[in-house]
Amino acid sequence: MNSSPVLAVTLNTFREAVRDRILYNLVAFAVILIASAVLFGQISIGIEKIILINLGLSSISVFGLLIAIFLGINLVFKEIDKRSLYALLSKPVRRWQFLLGKFLGLNVTLLVNTIFMTAGFWAALYYLNRKFERQDQFIWVAIYFILLELSLVTAICLFFSCFSTPVLSAVFTFLLYIIGSFSADIRGFGELTHSAPLKALSTFVYYLVPNFSDFSVAAPVAHGKAVPGTLVLLNTIYTLCYASVLLVASMAVFSRKDLK
Amino acid sequence: MTAIQISGLTKDYQIGFWRKRPWRALDGLSLEVERGEVFGFLGHNGAGKTTTLKLLTGLIFPTAGTAKVLGKPVGQPETFRHLGYLPENPYFYDYLTAQELLDYFAHFFQMDAGLRVRRREEMLKLVGLDSFRDMPLRKFSKGMLQRIGIAQAVLHDPEIVLLDEPMSGLDPMGRREVRDLIVQMKAEGKTVFFSTHILSDVEALCDRVAILNRGKLVGVGRLSELLRQRSGVEAVVECASSCSAELQHLASKPVTVSGGQYRLEIQEENMPRFLAFCQTEGVRLVSLNPIRASLEDYFTELSQSASDGEHVSSGVSAL
Repeated sequence: MNSSPVLAVTLNTFREAVRDRILYNLVAFAVILIASAVLFGQISIGIEKIILINLGLSSISVFGLLIAIFLGINLVFKEIDKRSLYALLSKPVRRWQFLLGKFLGLNVTLLVNTIFMTAGFWAALYYLNRKFERQDQFIWVAIYFILLELSLVTAICLFFSCFSTPVLSAVFTFLLYIIGSFSADIRGFGELTHSAPLKALSTFVYYLVPNFSDFSVAAPVAHGKAVPGTLVLLNTIYTLCYASVLLVASMAVFSRKDLK
Repeated sequence: MTAIQISGLTKDYQIGFWRKRPWRALDGLSLEVERGEVFGFLGHNGAGKTTTLKLLTGLIFPTAGTAKVLGKPVGQPETFRHLGYLPENPYFYDYLTAQELLDYFAHFFQMDAGLRVRRREEMLKLVGLDSFRDMPLRKFSKGMLQRIGIAQAVLHDPEIVLLDEPMSGLDPMGRREVRDLIVQMKAEGKTVFFSTHILSDVEALCDRVAILNRGKLVGVGRLSELLRQRSGVEAVVECASSCSAELQHLASKPVTVSGGQYRLEIQEENMPRFLAFCQTEGVRLVSLNPIRASLEDYFTELSQSASDGEHVSSGVSAL
């Protein structure tokens, strides 16, 4: 496999995101987060750390999600719409290499975003406690899960971006994210019902939509609880498999697409 | 080996929102472009020129037919090593500078860092943008974008260059520069296949041309051959007004009168009768020059006759 075209597209996608000034929101985010640590330290006596961890992880997740969807829906559509793809695809680069490069480029962008936000978060945590505790290490697992979640969202966006408009792609991705965040509840509902078709339907939906509910570990981590190693492994494998299926589907759609 | 081989190439698009129906953009196009020639691809807007070029670059897929570049099917990465393409009204990543854009595209070819820099510098110089290397493309004028588009098309020194409306939107100086670039490419032995509807450029540059009308090929050949078919003479005579009816009878086009002189076009087969008429009626022959019909005339007539043919055939099928 010639990885050079993939690497070139990856780096260019990252460069585009940086020059779109998307990353600059992070500075503002870090400042707000650190400032909020001071505020919450004053108004929530005793549970300020729990609130900060919950707030910090939720903020990283939500900001990351917004950036993933905002950039992801335009990944392919913008290139087709503005016709910048014409000159690129007349070079020795295959369409799947272009898609893979786009996917990896957005993931690199999200990774850098998350690193900056995480740095701000740890600074706020240190400012609040003036020390780090042993159980704080589980925060890294929560952040890792956020990265997996964002990677999955990117794959969904990329898939829709191959055949849909940005607005529709955003709506579809957001709906899938919401449904996926409640996938455990959907399955639970199916198990409670006595209707066999309803049970089969809820099980089908549970397996079809991406299961985002297993990525949310902010609450136990905030209380200093450990995250099981099997969950880390399963979530990693799940993300790899689900994202790969979506990427292959995107490549199948895009490989026969007429660029009118 | 032929540079480009097109055989029965057909492209249908689906149009309509609710009830999709096919619309034929290109209809059974067959032609060959030889290596080292400058080939002009002519046609009105919507004739199928851009569709053909997109099919040759694998950006769209044919409904029927095949296209080969240097004997290999289009769309293969190996083919693109020998092919350069300038899209119509090119748009490039506007957050990049000219230098960064060429660097980016150079990564797709197997060039080491030294060669990449050398080719980038040569191309920037070639298209006259070396002093704008660090300017973001969003600040480029249309002419500058066209130039950087040509630079990216020939960056890897391809054997075949496809240019879609390369003179579009350029001022006279810009057009002249692009013409010079095409001449230079020909001198370097490259095959240039370019679409246009600016006929003077075709007359100045092309070895052969193909003319498309509504997706169909209506004429192809060397310019000299195509235009010779329409040769004749232009005569300027002075005579009494009583002769005008007979002159009009001999002429192939309406006779024009100016300053007491009659100007008329005569087909070669009518020349003996015309000369005999001049002798017997005492007509003073002022000048007699061979005429070479312009490509514009040829193009207009071909397009017109193709349209008329279509009307007739559609009328027949309606009956």
